[in-house]
Amino acid sequence: MPSSADRKLNLYALTWRLPIIFWQFIFFVGPVLFMVAMSFFLVKNYRMTEAFEFVNWSKMLSRGYFWDSYWYTVFIAGVSTLCAMCIAFPAAFALAFRASENTRRWAIFLLIIPFFTSYLVRTFSWFVILSENGVINGMLNYIGLGPYTMLNTNFGTLVGYMTLTLPLVVILQTVTMANIDKNLIEAARNLGCSAFRTIWQVIIPLSKTGLIIAAIFCFILSFGDFVAPFYLGGSQEPTLPILILDTTKSGQQWPRAAVVAIMMMGTLFAIAFTGIALAYRKKKGAK
Amino acid sequence: MMRPTLNSSLYGLNRRQLLKAGGAAVLTTPFVSRAWAATTEINMLAWYGHGEPDMVAEYEAANNVKFVPKYYAGGDNMLALIAQSPPGTYDLILSDGEFVQQLNLAGYIDEMEPADYPLDDMLHEDFKQFPGHWADGKMYSMMLRGGHLGVSYNKNSVTAEEATSYECFWKPELEGKVGHFDWHLPTLGMMSLYNGNGAGLWDLDDAKWAAVQETTLGLRKQVGGFFDYGGTFNGLKNGDMQAMVGIGDWITGVLEKDGAPVASVIPKEGGIQFTESYSIGKGSEKAAEVKKFIQYMMSPVGQVKSAQMAAYPGFCVTKAGRAALIEADLAEATRSHQIDGDAQDPITLIKEGRIHYRDIPQQQGLEDWNDFWSEYKNA
Repeated sequence: MPSSADRKLNLYALTWRLPIIFWQFIFFVGPVLFMVAMSFFLVKNYRMTEAFEFVNWSKMLSRGYFWDSYWYTVFIAGVSTLCAMCIAFPAAFALAFRASENTRRWAIFLLIIPFFTSYLVRTFSWFVILSENGVINGMLNYIGLGPYTMLNTNFGTLVGYMTLTLPLVVILQTVTMANIDKNLIEAARNLGCSAFRTIWQVIIPLSKTGLIIAAIFCFILSFGDFVAPFYLGGSQEPTLPILILDTTKSGQQWPRAAVVAIMMMGTLFAIAFTGIALAYRKKKGAK
Repeated sequence: MMRPTLNSSLYGLNRRQLLKAGGAAVLTTPFVSRAWAATTEINMLAWYGHGEPDMVAEYEAANNVKFVPKYYAGGDNMLALIAQSPPGTYDLILSDGEFVQQLNLAGYIDEMEPADYPLDDMLHEDFKQFPGHWADGKMYSMMLRGGHLGVSYNKNSVTAEEATSYECFWKPELEGKVGHFDWHLPTLGMMSLYNGNGAGLWDLDDAKWAAVQETTLGLRKQVGGFFDYGGTFNGLKNGDMQAMVGIGDWITGVLEKDGAPVASVIPKEGGIQFTESYSIGKGSEKAAEVKKFIQYMMSPVGQVKSAQMAAYPGFCVTKAGRAALIEADLAEATRSHQIDGDAQDPITLIKEGRIHYRDIPQQQGLEDWNDFWSEYKNA
């Protein structure tokens, strides 16, 4: 039975937790509940009217284009996550194990700097680099190659996703790997592990949690991003965020857009919870 | 004869009342003076560009008003913004011509007095009683400007002869280089014209609608992207898109003035006219000021400003406006074919029946067209 001192402590803790609980209710739980309710509303003369109809759900879920967009978004966000994880890993590895403390600090600072400017501005700057008359094709032209179409393609979309996610993924991976006990790595090497095997069997398992969290962040950001697929991908094969925009633009179908948004949230919840479960899963027998 | 004393009354006021009135006058003087100098804010709902300094700064300075623009993209978006705002939020509404009727039906706009506007000076008979602008003999909107949508192309990839037909969008060399303005209405209207529906382009029965969908899907392999205004602009400017469906001089005109090798023409199958019109928001407390501004925009000076609008050009709709444009900016008048006798003169094209006013689908809902548009983008 908790003592009176414990109860006081809990009240004290609760007092400090209350603001974040209120915050979550007002700015997360409340809007989500409203969005769920809105998905049953109807639109009449461009005005939403309160109702409890399943027509928006049946309409959206029975449309082939919704599922095309859905699977394409899952696919392109998955590819983005894979690319970001693969590109970030060598950089993070070098920063965690090869760079000095000072260099690592500066590198992390430099990785944060891109967030100082608007993501939209950073995305638009790629027009100058990727367009047919842009910097890359201009350089390739000197050696008789190109021009290659990079804008308005999946490649363009991925470049945008990397702009958004790569710095964050590198930072998360670096911080995770930098906290690994170096003695364990040295022990593996002393016991005859090759460099590759050390990475595969020591470093990756020890940094598993951070790596999975980085991957989840990357997937979530890519999955919900509107800017990259719209501006750099040319809206070819619209992703779900673009479908939301299209749905609201024509006929102001916010309830149908809410259906798409709920499907997105459901997917992200499933992926995030699965990822977190994997991240914190302990091997049998492990303490 | 009794002389009035301060104690009794002076012109019906006793001393106390006199002091009260004097005090009140002194205390309210700052407010009176402020009210005298206060700038009247006019809330404008419009497409981007109409509330920018090149359009309104001169008028604002001369009339002590300040426009507060809220920009939208597309008629649906406009209707939704009004529907979701309290009555009287917007004093001045610039609407696409085809949406005026819906604004009126929903009771969002006020009746206008025809005598206040230069209807007798309009360049075309249709403009005097433009479809949807009048109901039951009452006028609800004043046509400000227009523009034509047709084949927009890069002169380095498409010849002027090829551009005389929508067929050029299917040119093999343009695979992946044809862009779409991301709105179903103009593109599907053009596909309907290409299918030979002419004046009935919006009035499609099931068979014709199916044919339009088939034609549009046949273009998908050529398409390099779907863009908003900025994306369309960039795509044409940086050469990633060599032809554009769903736009016209309102975008290429800006690029052309900047030296880009692009142009827009009305092909032999016909083109579509977008029309922009001013209405006075119902419940506006500034209707008099709004009317004055609309009169200014319909004057030759206002028409020239509209034709030269930095965001996107449009053609003059009054004879005096056109004459003023020719006098003030012959280069722009020539470039935009606003010269009597020019083969691509917008008014001539309308008279020849090659231009059709943009409308909404007659036999399908906007939702059906939008659904198909989403399918098309995913195809």
